[in-house]
Amino acid sequence: MTAIAGARAAREGSDASGPDGPGDAGGPGGRGRRTTRAGGPPSAVVRGRWTPYLFILPAFLVYGAFSLYPLIRAAQFSLYEWSGFGASTFVGLDNYIDLASDPDFRAAIVNALVLIFFYAVLPLIVGLVLAAILRRGQVRGMGFFRTVIFLPQVIALVVVAVAWRHIYAPSGPLNQALRSLGLDSLARGWLGDPGAALPAVGFIGTWLQMGLVMLLLLAGMSRIPDEQFEAARLDGAGPFQEFFAITLPSVRGEIVVALVLTIIAALKTFDLVYMTTSGGPGNATTVPSYEVYDRAFQLREVGSGSAVAIVLTALVFAINLVVTRIGERES
Amino acid sequence: MRRRTFLNTSAALGGISGIGLLAACAPGSDQGGGTGNGSDGGGSGPSAGDIETDPAAMGDLTLLMWDQEVRGAQNDAIEALIESFQDEYPNITIERVSQSFDDLQQQTGLALSGNDVPDVLQVNNARGDMGTFVEAGQLTDLTGYAEAYGWTDRFSESVLGKMMYSPDGVTFGEGSLWGLPQTGEVCGIYYSASKLEQLGVEPPTTWDELFALVQTALDADELPIKLGNLEQWPALHVFGPLQANFVPSEEIITLGMGNAGAEWTSDANVEALTKLAEWGTGGALGDSPNGLAYDTAWPEFTEGSGVLLIGGSWLGPDMEGVMGEDLRFMAPPPGADGKVATTGGTGLPFAIPANAANADAAAAFIDYITSDTAMELIAENGGMPVNRTAELAPDSGVNKDIYEAFDAVSTEGVLLPYLDYATPSFADTAGSTLQQVIGGQAEPAAAAEQLQTDYGDFTSEG
Repeated sequence: MTAIAGARAAREGSDASGPDGPGDAGGPGGRGRRTTRAGGPPSAVVRGRWTPYLFILPAFLVYGAFSLYPLIRAAQFSLYEWSGFGASTFVGLDNYIDLASDPDFRAAIVNALVLIFFYAVLPLIVGLVLAAILRRGQVRGMGFFRTVIFLPQVIALVVVAVAWRHIYAPSGPLNQALRSLGLDSLARGWLGDPGAALPAVGFIGTWLQMGLVMLLLLAGMSRIPDEQFEAARLDGAGPFQEFFAITLPSVRGEIVVALVLTIIAALKTFDLVYMTTSGGPGNATTVPSYEVYDRAFQLREVGSGSAVAIVLTALVFAINLVVTRIGERES
Repeated sequence: MRRRTFLNTSAALGGISGIGLLAACAPGSDQGGGTGNGSDGGGSGPSAGDIETDPAAMGDLTLLMWDQEVRGAQNDAIEALIESFQDEYPNITIERVSQSFDDLQQQTGLALSGNDVPDVLQVNNARGDMGTFVEAGQLTDLTGYAEAYGWTDRFSESVLGKMMYSPDGVTFGEGSLWGLPQTGEVCGIYYSASKLEQLGVEPPTTWDELFALVQTALDADELPIKLGNLEQWPALHVFGPLQANFVPSEEIITLGMGNAGAEWTSDANVEALTKLAEWGTGGALGDSPNGLAYDTAWPEFTEGSGVLLIGGSWLGPDMEGVMGEDLRFMAPPPGADGKVATTGGTGLPFAIPANAANADAAAAFIDYITSDTAMELIAENGGMPVNRTAELAPDSGVNKDIYEAFDAVSTEGVLLPYLDYATPSFADTAGSTLQQVIGGQAEPAAAAEQLQTDYGDFTSEG
């Protein structure tokens, strides 16, 4: 009882000092604040309606200059036909209308949705299992495993792509392994086979994201009090019941965060595709980000590239909005 | 609730500032700079009579040069040339900025539209680069300089055509001259002398012999032609020479330069694509050429995988390092019209931006680095000079073969343009189409349609 009362008092105290907090020139402690307040009421400037905005202004300027302004410019460029230099022609929404009937763009969107499975869904499943195992079992050298699984996140993507390109090569380690197992019929040029190329690129994504998802979930799981598991075990719950009744519901928040991060990563994949397949074979692995680059810098169709970029931004927003909403509703 | 208000506010802000900006200025309109030529194209150049050709009389000045000659031999040659030029004309200082091809290519578009441009700049010949800059009036017409310095006598027509566009940028291959190259490139056939011996065949002198060689190699369980086509473009260097066996070179030039008047869907082109498809699906190019990276393929060739490798002359020195005397190079056998014709061209040409501060000095420098004596320096440093190639050829080694092949093609044969010169998007279109042909996902006739669509759309627009 006393602890709760104390906590409430503390909360009320901080609420009380909230409105004029930033403008307070006094010391950091509550007592210091009280002494300055005793010196007189806060000045008109501090109480001013616009004062809080003044404080976020510097950050907003930086954000505006480096995030909002480029975004708006891109939106503007998407309404023009422009080669990147020289004169431009205003074409209204033509670039967007062209996209609707552009098979390359549609292929890119479909590929991006497929990549969501490899970047987000698969790592989530694998990450959940791994985290649950690491959380539960007294694995010897757990720190080592955690590091190894998280390592892909630390390595520069270009390096990852080059390494995997080597692994997937027709005479590379993967095919060598398959052949030595007598699975010759499975061996192929993974990145050059239209059916295998997208899953092959996607799997690199799975490998990359797995560690991040696992770490996030592990952090969430470590917050669950041991008593809950003990109680469940006393009630006769096995590892699976424990997992579905306690672990999974407790990390719902982390799952949403992991999904948001990995889905964004899936949708804006560029470096992997650029380094491994350049969108090929044919256009089997092209993705929206690659289309942006290709159109704007290779084909010098800045308008069309910007239109793809804007659509992609909208898509990222929309999908993540849905994910967050679902996550919030269920919790 | 609080978040929603914030979102609404920011959306409104974005909308307001967006509208303001949209009304303010169209992209490109704030950059016009001093070009003055606008979108009419054709940056003008001086006539031969108005040109100062003596660098010593130009007074003290600094020439700013952007290039991409960063690889070993090329860099050595350029540095040596700059040094000897400055020794001869101490009043002129060369300030050199060099970077990779990709970097230079992407910066050029931005740089040319500004006011602070280099005096000498390497520009890729393709329509997407040189063609677009010519159209936008951002390069200097070198026709007058060519007359004053006698460049038309120094360079063969087949070479100069690669730097020529009509001033509106529509016609490629004739018109005004916009740049001048230093080095040459040619696609041909590398082979392993010992492998041919094992198979009991001579180097092919006709395409039929070459096709027979491919079959012999297949029968002997050897990989006939090594190809790494993961990046999509390497197949263009195989298809170019092959196409010349079926299609008259004039027609290939029209297609490759992106000029109106030819059809990708002609029978001869479909036959060429059919042959490529047959090679691809029949195993002549290996199990999975589309899954193999270019820079993995040629090292594997040096280790004994493959009898032939069809590719560019630039691979020679590196492969020779491993294979030594076993590596040989030849121009492809004579093509459809009896002449040796193969894909090739020049190193990146040196051009003068329309806004260059010292155009005359820049031209004098370009003249200097493409002169007959400069060719010797380039050869000494291991590059392949675009002129005097046969006489400067080394005594032995694969470079001897390459120099001789280039000389034969550029003086007596036909140097066919790289197919991706054709339209701004043709590198993409041809790259993915040829990949599909090789992988068996596109029928040759359908592939020809795809290529025709891109080419046809462009030429009818142009």
